[in-house]
Amino acid sequence: MSIWLTFLSKAFTMGMTILYGANGEILTEKSGNLNLGVPGMMYMGGIGGLMGAYLYERAVETPIPLVGVILSLLCALLFSGFGALIYSVLTISLRANQNVTGLALTTFGVGFGNFFGGSLSTMAGGVGQISTAATSGLFRAKIPFLNNLPVVGELFFSYGMLAYAGIIITIVLHWYLYRTRPGLNLRSVGESAATADAAGINVTRYKYMATIIGGMIAGLGGLYFVMDYSTGGWNNNGFGDLGWLAVALVIFARWRPLNVIWGSWLFGALCILYLYIGGLSRQMQEVFRALPYLVTIIVLVITSLRKKREDQPPAALGLPYFREER
Amino acid sequence: MTPMIEMRGITKRFGKVVANENVDFIVNKGEILSVLGENGSGKTTLMNMLAGIYYPDEGQILIDGKEVVIKSPKDAFELGIGMIHQHFKLVDVLTAAENIILGLPGKMRLDMKKITADIRALTEKYGFEIELDKKIYEMSVSQKQTVEIVKMLYRGANILILDEPTAVLTPQETDKLFAVLRNMRDQGHSIIIITHKLHEVLALSDRVAVLRKGMSIGTVETTTATEMSLTEMMVGEKVVLDIERPEPENQELRLKMTGVTCVNREGVKVLKDASFECYSGEILGIAGIAGSGQRELLESVAGLQAITEGSILYKPKTRDWVELTHHTPEEIREFGVRLSFVPEDRLGMGLVANMGTTDNMMLRTYRDGIGGLLHRKKPQEMSERIIKELGIVTPGPDAPVGRMSGGNVQKVLVGREIASRPRVLMVAYPVRGLDINSSYTIYRLLNEQKKRGAAVICVGEDLDVLLALCDRIMVLGGGRITGIVDGRTATKEEIGLLMTKSDMDEKEAADHE
Repeated sequence: MSIWLTFLSKAFTMGMTILYGANGEILTEKSGNLNLGVPGMMYMGGIGGLMGAYLYERAVETPIPLVGVILSLLCALLFSGFGALIYSVLTISLRANQNVTGLALTTFGVGFGNFFGGSLSTMAGGVGQISTAATSGLFRAKIPFLNNLPVVGELFFSYGMLAYAGIIITIVLHWYLYRTRPGLNLRSVGESAATADAAGINVTRYKYMATIIGGMIAGLGGLYFVMDYSTGGWNNNGFGDLGWLAVALVIFARWRPLNVIWGSWLFGALCILYLYIGGLSRQMQEVFRALPYLVTIIVLVITSLRKKREDQPPAALGLPYFREER
Repeated sequence: MTPMIEMRGITKRFGKVVANENVDFIVNKGEILSVLGENGSGKTTLMNMLAGIYYPDEGQILIDGKEVVIKSPKDAFELGIGMIHQHFKLVDVLTAAENIILGLPGKMRLDMKKITADIRALTEKYGFEIELDKKIYEMSVSQKQTVEIVKMLYRGANILILDEPTAVLTPQETDKLFAVLRNMRDQGHSIIIITHKLHEVLALSDRVAVLRKGMSIGTVETTTATEMSLTEMMVGEKVVLDIERPEPENQELRLKMTGVTCVNREGVKVLKDASFECYSGEILGIAGIAGSGQRELLESVAGLQAITEGSILYKPKTRDWVELTHHTPEEIREFGVRLSFVPEDRLGMGLVANMGTTDNMMLRTYRDGIGGLLHRKKPQEMSERIIKELGIVTPGPDAPVGRMSGGNVQKVLVGREIASRPRVLMVAYPVRGLDINSSYTIYRLLNEQKKRGAAVICVGEDLDVLLALCDRIMVLGGGRITGIVDGRTATKEEIGLLMTKSDMDEKEAADHE
């Protein structure tokens, strides 16, 4: 029993990185931008947060955890937002191809993360020597008392602050998209930029804002992975394919943030399932690790067959917008 | 009384083409004004300048006597001008109410109940029937149009411009729309409808402004106008063109269409019971308002459009009559039936902009190679020959066709089909957007094919050209063949009346039901 409880709880933490990435990508895609650079933004957010925390803790004698957390957060947002800004300038203002730009930024972001991760390791005196104990400790602090409740405690109250923030961000994002005027306007930009433009909506501004804030949300996913999941250390290419899983989750969730909450839990579970099933050969482990993608493909096939308009991607996704020649 | 809108001396050019020249135009408060004119007479361009889509090169626009500058659709909204385009600007997955409030300022939180109540109050005032919670993609064309109109009214438009609003409506829906428009007029709104349907002009509007070839011909009170007088204003005096027209020789029947009907994706009949014959050595012109079934007619012969009824017989060179509907487009091409369609954007159909002339030739011959390999030499020679013979201006056969001027692109398009020495050559809008010289080159090419013994079918926009070039002219109206006239004796008025005929018959038939 308790091993499955641990499994569910670990699945949730594993899924949290994906949740952030998927939410960032949903916000971005609702503006009609297909940002395949999201895995890169996650690396940039992760390394940014780590740099902020590490350099702070290195510089002062007795680091104050709260200051570390704030600096770490700011750096993560700054770095990932910068990555998304590059993407925005290229695709929105210069109308470069979104797929190519996104993939290039993923390559760039991963390299950026690994490069500075290496630099930090060297500063710390070797691989695995980076320590941000104070900051990471606060990031990982569990909710007192509630955490000790039987079953419920482990399942719902054993996580760090970013996990709860992730759930709140998801709900706020859903509310924003479907219950506010700016959210309605944003959706119309992603569906038909020409219609939005004719209705007096500033298409360029919405696209920039959605893409940059979306990149920042994805960056928080990287921050969570580095400061919480990896307890404040750095491994080169440590994220594995979490970034791509986030992109897959967007499709799985059919572009609805609320679906991301349980979807990320499911993806997290599928990711680590192989560790909890005994006696798997190496080959079978790899097969199990492909499960999230398999599930995404199945969902894609089903939604394509059902042809329900609400389940389709934003109609103008991936298309640059030129105002009609005047 | 100051007019609501006054346009003075408006001129608009697109490159070398003059779309509007020195147009004066007045709209009064509380009237329905029709803007009447043939295709390409500049009606939509003129109205787009009021809606902020285009900006005039010369002239002034005055609203309520004050000069204004309209640079964007937003500026137009602020002046109370709303335009409903032929292609609706609506987001499919949103509801009617959401589309109506799109982009408007207001409280952050969306209170759909209150918003719906607000819109409901407005729709009841004018008598619109509209389901505000329905998604756009579930709506019929006429319902979408209603959403567009309500959207404009909700934004406070008191001048409403509708671009051919009845083109997509059934007669019953048209009546309903007219009732709403009259209602709006009585409440003090000004309404402009762009149209080329005479009976609608007479039934609905208070005044008619007529445009021809970008110039304003005059404005008349509807009560003093008749169908005949409006047609005369619309088509104008006959212009004598110096186009060669050799007498047809050795004529024999090549193509025989009987009772062909076809239906488009929306289930609307676009071609109704069409029957005609086409002979070798003649040019058969097709006249009609855009979208009257010209495209479907040609495509059904080429095998690209499925037909629901009727038959199309064709006489190939070496064998007996064949039924084209039983053959694939590929086989029909092999029989020698060739179609060259010049769409509005020219490159949209038939040519690949980023490829060179040779590669575009090979789109027709790619099957000739051995196995999967392409045969490049023949197409290369062919494109060099076409470039030389038709005087196409291009750096070479490998230069992308997208970089050529419009006239040269069209020469490539037509030249490619002619090069195969077709027995039936169908061209649609071959001189669309061309200057005089290039146009004459195309006319010469068509005449050469005629003399060679091909049956040439030519869909055209300019009646003067059709009357000068064609041996016979077939007129399409609302998907029906409304008449076939002799190109040497027919008048423009005769054709103009035939072009608008079928709509009226249907309308009357519907009224009798």
